Amino acid sequence: MAQLLPHKDVVIMGLGWTGAVLAQELTDAGLHVVAIERGPWRDTATNFNIGYMPDELRYAIRRELFLAPAQEAMTMRNNLAQTALPMRDYGSFLPGHGVGGAGVHWNGFNWRFFPSDFQIKTHLTKRYGAGRIRELQLEDWGVTYDEIEHCFDKFEYLCGTSGKAGNLKGRVVEGGNPFEGPRTRDYPNPPLKMPYSAMLFSEAAKGLGLHPFPSPAANMSRPYVNPLGVAMGECTYCGFCERFGCANYSKAMPQTTILPVLMRKPNFEARTECEVLKINLRPDGKTARSVTYVDAAGHEFEQPGDIILLCGYGMMNVRMMLLSGIGVPYDPVQGTGTVGRNYCYQTQGTGARLFFENKHFNPFIGTGALGATIDDFNGDAFDHSALDFVGGAGISCGSSNGRPIGNRPTPPGTPRWGAVWKKATAETYQNATGVGAQGTSYPVRGNYLDLDPTYKDRFGRPLLRVTFDFPDNDLRMSRYLSQQIEKIGKAMNPKQMAMNQSAKGWNSVPYQTTHNTGGAGMGANPKTSAVNRYLQSWDVSNLFVIGASAFQQNAGKNPTGTVGALAYWAAEAIRDQYLKKPGALVPA
Amino acid sequence: MPRGTLPSRRYFLASVSALPILAFAGTAAARSLSGTLPWRAFAGDPPQPVNPLGWHFFTPDEVATVEAIVDRLIPADTLSVGGKDAGCAVFIDRQLAGAFGKSSRLYMKGPFAAGLPTQGYQGELTPEGRYREGLKAINDYCRGVHGRNFAQMRPADQDAILTGLEEGKIDLKLSHGLSSRAFFELILQNTMEGFFADPLYGGNKGMAGWKLIGFPGARYDYRDHIGKPNVPYPRGPISIYGEA
Repeated sequence: MAQLLPHKDVVIMGLGWTGAVLAQELTDAGLHVVAIERGPWRDTATNFNIGYMPDELRYAIRRELFLAPAQEAMTMRNNLAQTALPMRDYGSFLPGHGVGGAGVHWNGFNWRFFPSDFQIKTHLTKRYGAGRIRELQLEDWGVTYDEIEHCFDKFEYLCGTSGKAGNLKGRVVEGGNPFEGPRTRDYPNPPLKMPYSAMLFSEAAKGLGLHPFPSPAANMSRPYVNPLGVAMGECTYCGFCERFGCANYSKAMPQTTILPVLMRKPNFEARTECEVLKINLRPDGKTARSVTYVDAAGHEFEQPGDIILLCGYGMMNVRMMLLSGIGVPYDPVQGTGTVGRNYCYQTQGTGARLFFENKHFNPFIGTGALGATIDDFNGDAFDHSALDFVGGAGISCGSSNGRPIGNRPTPPGTPRWGAVWKKATAETYQNATGVGAQGTSYPVRGNYLDLDPTYKDRFGRPLLRVTFDFPDNDLRMSRYLSQQIEKIGKAMNPKQMAMNQSAKGWNSVPYQTTHNTGGAGMGANPKTSAVNRYLQSWDVSNLFVIGASAFQQNAGKNPTGTVGALAYWAAEAIRDQYLKKPGALVPA
Repeated sequence: MPRGTLPSRRYFLASVSALPILAFAGTAAARSLSGTLPWRAFAGDPPQPVNPLGWHFFTPDEVATVEAIVDRLIPADTLSVGGKDAGCAVFIDRQLAGAFGKSSRLYMKGPFAAGLPTQGYQGELTPEGRYREGLKAINDYCRGVHGRNFAQMRPADQDAILTGLEEGKIDLKLSHGLSSRAFFELILQNTMEGFFADPLYGGNKGMAGWKLIGFPGARYDYRDHIGKPNVPYPRGPISIYGEA
């Protein structure tokens, strides 16, 4: 029997990026907020200590900061005809864990999606006709880029993002990304110092008439104090970024941006090592009463609240809705329901490895989002009229790390062990770089999330089941992008080049990317979205579901910037509209 | 060995700041944090360096086999010491004796069913079990074909065995759906981990792996060199415990 706890105004599941943003904004509005986080408390000095953080084995290979499948696993299959089995270890993607969530282990790429991404269906239909996107299940998001531009801005300034504007209020700025949506002001910090690889890439891209620019990075190019008064240090290019917490206070994480302010507030409380089991609805089924959670000692508690916020990793948000009976589960056969619908990933694997002679790339000198990108072939920045797909990819080259267990390339055909391997490894380490495409991932009817019928977690609850394969449209995109990369790669003049592109049969074992999106999509139509334009559940009006779960498709960009913007957007709606008049903000 | 089990006992023991709201529940583990940053001086969780003496998991026969294997995967030559002298067998021994060996982090609930390649290894064998069974099977195979254990064979014959495993041409008939090829991949991965991980874990002795390729290890600040494109980095590696 769960012990009933005193009421709170706001109950948040998960204290990562979105939980921290919402807690900060709503405590500022005077509300009493509790965040229930299933992982441990983590802070820089203790957990990302500079004395032992540069440890590839512990953090990157054994993945100490990540969610352990023993705590929560998922099952996977490529299509409805297969039987899903548990990913006994996470491989293709690595969900975060503990205070800070995925905001601890990310690289720091801080993008805005294109304006067209938010109205993808309308935009592509208008430009190419409805027939062109028939095989896809594209939906508009119910919100426009212009409406949330200030939220992107707020998140970029929170994070001290380093970059260069390409479009200031409609004026294209040389050296920035000319394809980005208009922004009201430049990034808070100038671009990072570019590594040699990105210099070669940028030169080659420019020579081909393309538009390279510094990738926007939540890694500090100089000391920075954010609008909350939290100070960050200059990035040291240490090469221990993704999969690590930053020991230098120079990567934006909840720990380095919000928590130092939030944790001091008397109207905020974090409960760590406490896992939410379900959301409890009131008898009418239209509002939530409380959440039930269990602490590390196995005691159950019921925490009532006026507003419930699901701020877990996107996939966990979807699972919590399904476990709590909120909304109608998506049925891929009938095409009905919305919870679990439009799960997307990222079309990775398109790229080139470049091998040179007598270079010194110093791959170990790097930081998460360090490098240059071109968006000339991303999203709908280019004309697809004569092409057989929609979507595209950002093409990037940079230097995030040279950690040698995971990163020691050899030219194709080299043995993987023995004397020949060793010689090639020693010769290649300083002479290799890569150009990679991060591709759009568009929804199709058969890709979705639901509850597994067989496998259970440690509390006996069904695991989330992922049914996913790369859609044909996205694979055609990958083929086209690999042709563009080949041109750029050749222009960089390597001695040898090895090309790669995405292929059918998504494999859950090798790491690809932790950019899982959708499943609780936002929109204007309750038949094709689980939450409205404010990320409020259509079915349970005091529940907001915040995260990449709200994406209707994934763009060719890292999702965190858009997740952060949507978090501010939802916070604003709660503060300015919901508190004045609790209830559905949009009539269903 | 850093902790790998959940939840972390050491972390809980270090957690003294649990505030009253949950205290009535009598739990020392879950924490209620409010009104302050729960940071404490001298808290930390540094890794424990491996003492290289003795063996924690492998039997003497297994030691001989593993040392012979890692010395073929990474042979000694003018570029560096071999896998054995670099401590790769010690490294693997300590990994198997710890959380990794027991799959403590992994989802190990049944039912266990044969999976597709895209679903990853679906058997019940932990790395401990895979090594125990796989090393014995390698020696059984070698005795059957060559009349002696792997460690007693000539290097060229050893390489032929390893190549056969890597290419799926030798079937050791392992249990629990473990393919011989997958077992080879596990040894190869763990050997490379040992050669390139921080020396505190028992391998990469003298930072041999890092010196081979020019990785500076745990230096952690390259601001003096980021502005020098295509210029060799002038300093050698350092390790977490200060070896330089």
